[in-house]
Amino acid sequence: MAIILTQNLTKKFKGLLAVDDVNLEIEEGECFGLLGPNGAGKTSLIRMIIAVSPPTEGNIWVLDKDLAVYPRQVKAILGVVPQLDNLDDDLRVFQNLTTFARYFAIPKKEAYRRSTELLRLFQLEDKHNSRIRELSGGMKRRLLLARGLINQPKIIILDEPTIGLDPQARHLVWQKLGELKAQGITQLICTQNMEEAATICDRVAIMHQGRILTQDSPQALVSRYVGDEVLEIEANSGSRGKIIEELTSCGLDFVDAGDMIQVFHVSRDELARTMVNFPERLRQRPATLEDVFFRLTGRTLAE
Amino acid sequence: MKPFSWRFIRMWQRDRDVFLRLWHAEAPGFVAEPIMILLAMGLGLGAYVGMVDGQRYIEFIAPGIIASYAMFSASFECTYGSFWRMEHQRTYDAIIATPLSVEDVVAGEIFWGATRSLITGSVILVVATVFQLVSSPWALLIPLLSFLAGIMFSSIAILFTSLVPSFYSFNYFFTLFITPMFFFSGVFFPLSSFPEIVQTISWIAPLTPVVHLTRALFWGEFHLNLLLALALIIVLTFFFFSISLVTMKRRLNI
Ligand SMILES: Nc1ncnc2c1ncn2[C@@H]1O[C@H](COP(=O)(O)OP(=O)(O)OP(=O)(O)O)[C@@H](O)[C@H]1O
Ligand SMILES: [Mg+2]
Repeated sequence: MAIILTQNLTKKFKGLLAVDDVNLEIEEGECFGLLGPNGAGKTSLIRMIIAVSPPTEGNIWVLDKDLAVYPRQVKAILGVVPQLDNLDDDLRVFQNLTTFARYFAIPKKEAYRRSTELLRLFQLEDKHNSRIRELSGGMKRRLLLARGLINQPKIIILDEPTIGLDPQARHLVWQKLGELKAQGITQLICTQNMEEAATICDRVAIMHQGRILTQDSPQALVSRYVGDEVLEIEANSGSRGKIIEELTSCGLDFVDAGDMIQVFHVSRDELARTMVNFPERLRQRPATLEDVFFRLTGRTLAE
Repeated sequence: MKPFSWRFIRMWQRDRDVFLRLWHAEAPGFVAEPIMILLAMGLGLGAYVGMVDGQRYIEFIAPGIIASYAMFSASFECTYGSFWRMEHQRTYDAIIATPLSVEDVVAGEIFWGATRSLITGSVILVVATVFQLVSSPWALLIPLLSFLAGIMFSSIAILFTSLVPSFYSFNYFFTLFITPMFFFSGVFFPLSSFPEIVQTISWIAPLTPVVHLTRALFWGEFHLNLLLALALIIVLTFFFFSISLVTMKRRLNI
């Protein structure tokens, strides 16, 4: 059963088409990643799913409830970690959590218990009574994550959860997300971090200029768009033309990436058998999700 | 327009908690200033003015000061305060992702602004009582009136807040709207001392009915026109309250 379902979801800002006819089906209990370059429309999409931004067109169902009709009921079971820090600067760290708990009508005693536990979990106990502006960037992100869990959500929606975190904190977050998944909590994560997507997501969708270009498990995407290995040929301007010509005539799948030529869906040995002038300066490495990302969204900045 | 729900109380509680932590930093504005004005104008200027409408000058202006500072409290809270929370801290953004709706947030802010009016009005009333200026037990209803007026002024303020692009825009609000009301709504002189045209404009200004009603409760003297004043306050309150829910929704739910 799809726990989040979007149908022809579209968002326009004045003339700009930020989200263009998106149909997503996120399964209960999975961790779904949303990848895409800056301005792809990820945040706009997420803001519609968390019911703070009305779609220009299309529908959203969360747990079989139409979001346009039951926004409150849906928001009550969502945990949200936004891209931009919106902690309450007027309140201390602990109060940020207890006040947030009150928005969910969580009784005071329970709110205190959960807040204490979440601070411990994200290693912020000693900042208990600090002002928000006294926290480092990474601490703020951890507090945002803690806040997103205060209502023990069925679904958590995270917009760039680990941006600005040091490796220790990042692994702490991944570990925590893993535990939540083990408890059956569905996760929707926007990220720019391919390692993150490949590590924690069951499925990812790649978004570009408002559209979902493709979606599948990270491994499936890698083998579909790149193959198991990437061959990188270093070519100077003299040899480049000839190599490209030969790759084309052999019908190979390659990309001219400027400083090198990347060849996909082929192993080194196969290439050696196919090409007459086998390039010497050639490197073979395992394919990654990042290769898929580049192939689908291009190498240049979108904007 | 969608109505707000009981959850507005969560927003109100949030503002209250912040106030309880920081009120001493704000106290000069809503306690010291009105008392200073009351004493300086009432005793200082009052010595030259003598009697107004059969009252000592300080007794004449005391209810007007209560009404205007109730207005100031609500207006500051729901302009600078609300705008800061909305744009700079993105507090509203965080809250509307919880079961609270935009309408709940706005209603919470308005009722909190009104609570500030109630606090301010009560503090000045207590001071006036200490100085033995209050002559009627009806004055006990003044905090309630300050609260009602606070709802009206907060609604007007937050409506403005929902429309403006930046902090600086509030200069217009205070210079062109709030300050003129302070001087031309019968706080310091009876309206009858103004030219006809000013009197007419003054009657439409939302502070005027509040001043008249506060004065009536303060002195325990009533007349039929006061019903009209009360009706005007209620109508304006409903009007601005409902529009602000719509305009703020349009601003936040984008
Ligand atoms: N409130 C808004 N008003 C007008 N345009 C907007 C608004 N929010 C986003 N946009 C535009 O919509 C497009 C998508 O923005 P969005 O924030 O959804 O991208 P994103 O994928 O989250 O990017 P990033 O990775 O940089 O966070 C951008 O072109 C952006 O300029
Ligand atoms: Mg974004």
